[in-house]
Amino acid sequence: MPRSTPARSPLAPPPSFVWTRRIVLTLLALFALLPVYVMLSSSVKPLEDTLGEWSWIPSRFTLRPYVDIWETVPLAKYFVNSLIVAGAATVCSVVIAVFAAYAVSRYRFRGKRLFTVTILSTQMFPGILFLLPLFLIFVNIGNQTGIALYGSRGGLILTYLTFSLPFSIWMLIGYFSSIPRDLDEAAMVDGCGPLGALFRVVVPAAVPGIVAVAVYAFMTAWGEVLFASVMTNDTTRTLAVGLKAYATENNVYWNQVMAASLVVSVPVVAGFLLLQRYLVAGLTAGAVK
Amino acid sequence: MTSLDLKAPAAGEALSSPAGGPPRRRRLRIPDRLRRGGLPYLLLLPALALELLIHLVPMVVGIVMAFKELTQFYIRDWGSAPWAGFDNFRVAVDFDAPIGAELLHSFWVTCTFTVLAVGFSWLFGVTAAILMQEGFRGRGVLRAVFLTPYALPVYAAVITWAFMFQRDNGLVNSALGGDSFWLIGENSFWALTIVAVWKTWPFAFLMLMAGLQNIPRELYEAAAIDGAGIWQQIRRITLPSLAPVNQVLVLVLFLWTFNDFNTPYLLFGKGAPEAADLVSIHIYDSSFITWNFGSGSAMSALLLLFLLLVTAVYLLLTSRGRKGADA
Amino acid sequence: MRHIRAAAATALVLALTATAAACGGGTATNGEGSNKSPKKLTYWASNQGPSIEADKEILTKEIAKFEKQTGIDVELEVVPWADLLNRILAATSSGQGPDVLNIGNTWSASLQATGALLPWDDKTFDRIGGRDRFTESAVAATGAEGKDPAAVPLYSLSYALYYNKKIFKDAGIEKPPATWDELVAAGKKVTKGDTYGLALEGSNLSNHIHQAFVLAKQHGADFFTADGKPDFTSDGAVAGVKQWVDFMAKDKITSKSVAEYAQNQSLSDFSKGKAAMVLWQAAASTFKSQGMDESEYGVAPVPVQSGTPGQGEQINSMVAGINVSVFKNSDNLDGAIDFVKFLTSDEEQKILNSTYGSIPPVKAAQQDAAFDKPDTSVLRDALGTSAAPLPQVPEESQFETVVGTAIKDLFADAAAGRPVTTESVKAALAKAEQQMTKS
Repeated sequence: MPRSTPARSPLAPPPSFVWTRRIVLTLLALFALLPVYVMLSSSVKPLEDTLGEWSWIPSRFTLRPYVDIWETVPLAKYFVNSLIVAGAATVCSVVIAVFAAYAVSRYRFRGKRLFTVTILSTQMFPGILFLLPLFLIFVNIGNQTGIALYGSRGGLILTYLTFSLPFSIWMLIGYFSSIPRDLDEAAMVDGCGPLGALFRVVVPAAVPGIVAVAVYAFMTAWGEVLFASVMTNDTTRTLAVGLKAYATENNVYWNQVMAASLVVSVPVVAGFLLLQRYLVAGLTAGAVK
Repeated sequence: MTSLDLKAPAAGEALSSPAGGPPRRRRLRIPDRLRRGGLPYLLLLPALALELLIHLVPMVVGIVMAFKELTQFYIRDWGSAPWAGFDNFRVAVDFDAPIGAELLHSFWVTCTFTVLAVGFSWLFGVTAAILMQEGFRGRGVLRAVFLTPYALPVYAAVITWAFMFQRDNGLVNSALGGDSFWLIGENSFWALTIVAVWKTWPFAFLMLMAGLQNIPRELYEAAAIDGAGIWQQIRRITLPSLAPVNQVLVLVLFLWTFNDFNTPYLLFGKGAPEAADLVSIHIYDSSFITWNFGSGSAMSALLLLFLLLVTAVYLLLTSRGRKGADA
Repeated sequence: MRHIRAAAATALVLALTATAAACGGGTATNGEGSNKSPKKLTYWASNQGPSIEADKEILTKEIAKFEKQTGIDVELEVVPWADLLNRILAATSSGQGPDVLNIGNTWSASLQATGALLPWDDKTFDRIGGRDRFTESAVAATGAEGKDPAAVPLYSLSYALYYNKKIFKDAGIEKPPATWDELVAAGKKVTKGDTYGLALEGSNLSNHIHQAFVLAKQHGADFFTADGKPDFTSDGAVAGVKQWVDFMAKDKITSKSVAEYAQNQSLSDFSKGKAAMVLWQAAASTFKSQGMDESEYGVAPVPVQSGTPGQGEQINSMVAGINVSVFKNSDNLDGAIDFVKFLTSDEEQKILNSTYGSIPPVKAAQQDAAFDKPDTSVLRDALGTSAAPLPQVPEESQFETVVGTAIKDLFADAAAGRPVTTESVKAALAKAEQQMTKS
């Protein structure tokens, strides 16, 4: 990564700049980490601590909350559901976005502008407006074709993958456009079809963009609450709904709520931070152009 | 992971090659029948079908609902709900009557909230991105730290903030030494804004950081030779070069923040305080609590109209501005 | 070429829209119930115990008996309260719902208006042993007056006054207050330092409605006229709401912190001795789980206004509770009714209600020794003599939201030190009333 970072100036920055940087970045880091610290420290506090006045240090260190949460909420089950739903939505979303973005970036065709404008405009739709209609459509499809979308993971996967689709397509269009067409052409001269060129040349060259899109799609699906609360049932409930229900029913068990929050956050945060360099690279060539 | 690592440099090379080269008009060698236009549509088909199914058709249905008297009496068979014409809209925009007045109030709250949240998110994002443009020890760690709020699942983060904003036992009051309420009354607006900024600014940071990488190094070198100091370089090169990123970034942040439902819903629960009654929550209450979906849909349709208008004007203005600057 | 594509696109959109528009109609045609699948039932239970998981355990054990008796396979789902109403909404609008479900009894008339629930006429009631098996007050909370009930009472609750014996003793208070004046006097006596007279929840909308309803009743007022029109600004209603808010604003017997309480924090304040009194429904199990022993607190009927007719006569609680309903378009109507019969049988009523700390609405089960405990006997007496159901009108949930929010905002005012006057209460209620007149 450092290689591609353009240095602003070959000269060493002046002290005024260095000090501003130190102070400002420290403050921002504190702001960013404050809730994380609260989660972490509260999750190892005994219950009395979290019910009384805020203290920075636990009066007594305990891992009890981490043991208890698995009994009070079926976290493991929700976890698996979230993983399946978010994972499947991510894979599908990426594949579909790659196709669509390839078409838009490489071909001229009628309705291209209409397509991109429509895609962008879906970002304006207030979720509340189409929650109920979408639900009715799912039920109706189920009644007529026997494909159960309501209450199943499938319905939620379809919904989430579509939520992340517009931004993903849009980002990949930018990324693909930055990949020189000479590369595709060379591949086609070698006898690949257009799809061969896509998979052998464009996709490998666009890995950072694709990873960026995948991360975005996964996080969108992992964090959604509203649609999941109506469209899931006992067996398909996701972490977002499960944890929200838990936090509202047992508000007093703050240490357990914090432990549960931390447990559900760790996989996404870890994955995100591992992949963040691709994210920057992907955005650099994609959305930001 | 290894395969990704191997391929990453290839992408880097692709990036560094001049992307702004002359566009090629020559078509690739594709079988004729596909070239006639079938393939691109085929490639778009899955995306198109899903957008229709999940976004567009429900949207149209939602707008149809806005013209119906869709209360709990008809919800079971809403085909039979009587048509209401523009009644739902009329009620929503009658700002002298309580329902319209409440909606208008909620609209202003949302506008103020959005301007503040987007403004501060952008400010924090751009500051951090610029300050971290150059390498220094700990930069990688710091970047991870800054991106953490964006990576945390919304519900986990907002529940934690709600815990921190409690009056008696919360960290915020303990740190400030005060005893104000944050989750009710006027301060709730600030609580909401703080959480929104905290959650949003890392995204601005990420986008702007990416944008900075596209600024050619030569520009800085030339400026340095001209004797421009670091602050001047930031003002003359960095900020203007970010204009295209900003155009998209501000729009996306605006739309996401304006429509944000999760943050207030998780922070305040039922009956959001008046000072923090965002339009999305207001519409939720007016449709899902009262089961009057006609009225709720009309409000959403108005909101959509407003957002379309703002976006169109925004794109028109900013695009013209950019063209003007380029010329 | 262009035209053809445009036409194709339009056709696609139209086709999909038609599919969507057919939804409403689709459910109505197969809307009436049948007995097509006599061996299966789905049941949505509400969260009554300490957690969803605990509920599942309790109910699965009981349901097994029913499955054994009838051979019907019951699929149980315990739905969190936060999601229950939305799930019912989704089920109602789509026809894809459970066969049997629990509803909050205050929702009865709202849900009855949708026409999705099976009406319990006398004939249907007879299949579960007749309407007379249930207490009158509980049946009154199963739907609008003059219509066949939309549900059957399952668990009943009412409010009681819980007081901390030690705090009362230390302050020299000998018996629990029977009138509000006495409650305020006692509250003032014990309020010092970190200890307050009364704990309440200033951001808990439904609790506000319950209390405001009772206090308004005691002032001779109702929030709805006899023909179901909202009437929030009568002198009695204003006085009732003001009296409730005044515990903080004027009498100052509550901590200001309670203004943001919404989720049982008042109970933990009480069990930690930070408040001497709390008005609640069946709180014993919560106190126990928070480490407060039964011997440490007393339970008394909710106070009334001073004077006549006095306690036991005047309304001092709403009829709280859970009803059980059958979805009209169930594919196993007979099985569903049998299941309701099972849940409301004397035997199951005793088991379930004693597990959850509620009172059986079934008269025969109510007299069981399990409900003679100090708190349950108070709750039971209130249900028998002095409890009234909340207004059974279709707009109940809207009423709960607008008036509840108005009271919440009044508490926020009081906590911020702003004066709460008769005028400001009346203005808040007038605004709430105007928001009701939309449909």
